[in-house]
Amino acid sequence: MAAGVAAWLPFARAAAIGWMPVANCPMPLAPADKNKRQDELIVLNVSGRRFQTWRTTLERYPDTLLGSTEKEFFFNEDTKEYFFDRDPEVFRCVLNFYRTGKLHYPRYECISAYDDELAFYGILPEIIGDCCYEEYKDRKRENAERLMDDNDSENNQESMPSLSFRQTMWRAFENPHTSTLALVFYYVTGFFIAVSVITNVVETVPCGTVPGSKELPCGERYSVAFFCLDTACVMIFTVEYLLRLFAAPSRYRFIRSVMSIIDVVAIMPYYIGLVMTNNEDVSGAFVTLRVFRVFRIFKFSRHSQGLRILGYTLKSCASELGFLLFSLTMAIIIFATVMFYAEKGSSASKFTSIPASFWYTIVTMTTLGYGDMVPKTIAGKIFGSICSLSGVLVIALPVPVIVSNFSRIYHQNQRADKRRAQKKARLARIRVAKTGSSNAYLHSKRNGLLNEALELMGTPEEEHMGKTTSLIESQHHHLLHCLEKTTNHEFIDEQMFEQNCMESSMQNYPSTRSPSLSSHPGLTTTCCSRRSKKTTHLPNSNLPATRLRSMQELSTIHIQGSEQPSLTTSRSSLNLKADDGLRPNCKTSQITTAIISIPTPPALTPEGEGRPPPASPGSNTNVPAVASNVVKVSAL
Amino acid sequence: MNLEGLEMVAVLVVLALFVKVLEQFGLFEPVSLEDSVEDEFELSTVCHRPEGLEQLQEQTKFTRKELQVLYRGFKNECPSGIVNEENFKQIYSQFFPQGDSSTYATFLFNAFDTNHDGSVSFEDFVAGLSVILRGTTDDRLNWAFNLYDLNKDGCITKEEMLDIMKSIYDMMGKYTYPALREEAPREHVESFFQKMDRNKDGVVTIEEFIESCQKDENIMRSMQLFDNVI
Repeated sequence: MAAGVAAWLPFARAAAIGWMPVANCPMPLAPADKNKRQDELIVLNVSGRRFQTWRTTLERYPDTLLGSTEKEFFFNEDTKEYFFDRDPEVFRCVLNFYRTGKLHYPRYECISAYDDELAFYGILPEIIGDCCYEEYKDRKRENAERLMDDNDSENNQESMPSLSFRQTMWRAFENPHTSTLALVFYYVTGFFIAVSVITNVVETVPCGTVPGSKELPCGERYSVAFFCLDTACVMIFTVEYLLRLFAAPSRYRFIRSVMSIIDVVAIMPYYIGLVMTNNEDVSGAFVTLRVFRVFRIFKFSRHSQGLRILGYTLKSCASELGFLLFSLTMAIIIFATVMFYAEKGSSASKFTSIPASFWYTIVTMTTLGYGDMVPKTIAGKIFGSICSLSGVLVIALPVPVIVSNFSRIYHQNQRADKRRAQKKARLARIRVAKTGSSNAYLHSKRNGLLNEALELMGTPEEEHMGKTTSLIESQHHHLLHCLEKTTNHEFIDEQMFEQNCMESSMQNYPSTRSPSLSSHPGLTTTCCSRRSKKTTHLPNSNLPATRLRSMQELSTIHIQGSEQPSLTTSRSSLNLKADDGLRPNCKTSQITTAIISIPTPPALTPEGEGRPPPASPGSNTNVPAVASNVVKVSAL
Repeated sequence: MNLEGLEMVAVLVVLALFVKVLEQFGLFEPVSLEDSVEDEFELSTVCHRPEGLEQLQEQTKFTRKELQVLYRGFKNECPSGIVNEENFKQIYSQFFPQGDSSTYATFLFNAFDTNHDGSVSFEDFVAGLSVILRGTTDDRLNWAFNLYDLNKDGCITKEEMLDIMKSIYDMMGKYTYPALREEAPREHVESFFQKMDRNKDGVVTIEEFIESCQKDENIMRSMQLFDNVI
């Protein structure tokens, strides 16, 4: 229940007047207002700054320091005020939380100081309102990252004790700065990548003429040298890949990662070339494979932070790029179609088909303007100029879009995730509060009835399980209790409801055999008759149970035979007993599921049997009696 | 499409672009299709101040301190000084997490809003509470009758009672024991009419209501509950 609304509880209770004339049962007694003291001002002295507020304001949140009796520890007898030796600035926010129900985060405040204060006053930071939540989360994340960075750099200096050889190797690969060997390895591989790329480039340069033949590229002139270089590089790369594969903590994940795929693609052509014969047909494909050697340049991304960031940018802007591509494609198709039809009439036009016009459109829109395809008709020229003008607009957009999109999408994702997490947490909190308040009611009802039943049974050694609830809570529970009495139905929680539904559907089964058994006789006008109808149909159900057991039916029938037939008692106490009799039934029926026994019919049929009701699940004396009456008939 | 047609289209397109450019220079006024929407004058910008404490003390049976406490709670939830129906429903629903209390809250709202102007001010609020919490049993029964009589014609018909009953049962929600059936409100209404409707004419008048309630011990006793609410 929200704190501010607690002030409206008297109104809600007054509104219950609408239920009174309609109710058929007497209402429960209202909780007595034991300490009916007037609302008083209390003084909170925080490091010399005095705050004053009503006592009830603070009591809105009883699970915090100020709302509970914990603040009595800080009570100063001499000055009759509560003294806290804490920051008064942050206390302002804390007190406003009690007053308004919303917790704000001041921007000028340090995040860890704020967190400390909240922890002291027992307030969870998740309650921070929407207006300040983003700021709070951002600052917290920055702080956490900074702490993590500090920790990392600390860890890098100290030597980690007892890492396995494999783990040290992996660390060496990922962080070249951990040891000199790693650094050496890092530079060596970098050097060889550079060498490999340069040889790939150089071997296609024409190298001067061999006397007696045409100009040859260097690769063919010094083929042996180049082959040796290539072999050396591939050896290094292969060894590196295998070492990484060995050291990887999760080999499967490593194989699937982008960098390892690049590694594989970079060295595959060499091996494929080794195993392939000098077949003419195949060598064409082999030449194509050599193209993939250029992928070795991507191996530099392990060495360059900038490349990695670029890759991440493109990946994160993938959807924006995709949309841009799509809109460009649309524009290209439109203009190509128009140009084709516009130029159809002119003689010897280069616009032979729409796909042929694509080239013109792309070249014009990107403002390249090669001039190999030029419109000649007036319509073509008009549309061509429109095409180039729109091209300027469409093409000039991507660059700032990518740049701004990167920061926008990145931050937006963070914000959306945060807000989603907060929303989930908030919904969960609301749900928990709702179930908490309804569960609190059910729990207190159980405890209240338990206490009364225990009193009736006269077992003083059982301790009272009821915990002290606040006055507001007891009044709220009384209100819900009145509603129950008015409608002759009770609040239960979800699991119980499902269970009851299941049981009622199970109990429908024996109804086909005994016509006297009718599931849920329905709401009757008096409470007493409701209980009696529930009790009366059970003895009947036991008869088919015995029959069923012998016939080995194909279902599991759970029949609670432990209903107390205490019709002789007075009406008001019947309500109490019946209430708690039902709930422990659910419990006891769960306890005794393994027992299969034939109920002794004489034990059940007499209605006036003065058996004490099985009040509490803890009372052992009743369990055997109960057990004998619970029949679980299960069949193969 | 032949060439001439396409040329016509091209010329039209050029003309359209030309018009757009002229619009930029402000020579052509664009035709506005909708008028600017004025801001809604929200009810919450109206600030309502209640009458003085002395007057309220005279009009109701609360003490000064009680009025102060009530007003503080009221003002906290409704800083504008009046409650509209939405607000009312939302406040009331916080007390019944399991069910849907909006219908019953509407009926309550109509009962509190004595001058039927769509909003409950602090005076209305306190007047209603004064009857319920500090009034005589007859006053309370009168108030309850007023609540049930939805169209305020002096008698409760079965339909009105059925609406009220349904709204009360709605507040219980889905998870109840025993499970709520469709006919439960109707049966309850039948039993209510059996008890209250003396002359069996299908409606319950105020006299029948008060008379029947006074005969019923449970109802009388439950009316005493309201003495200690505040």
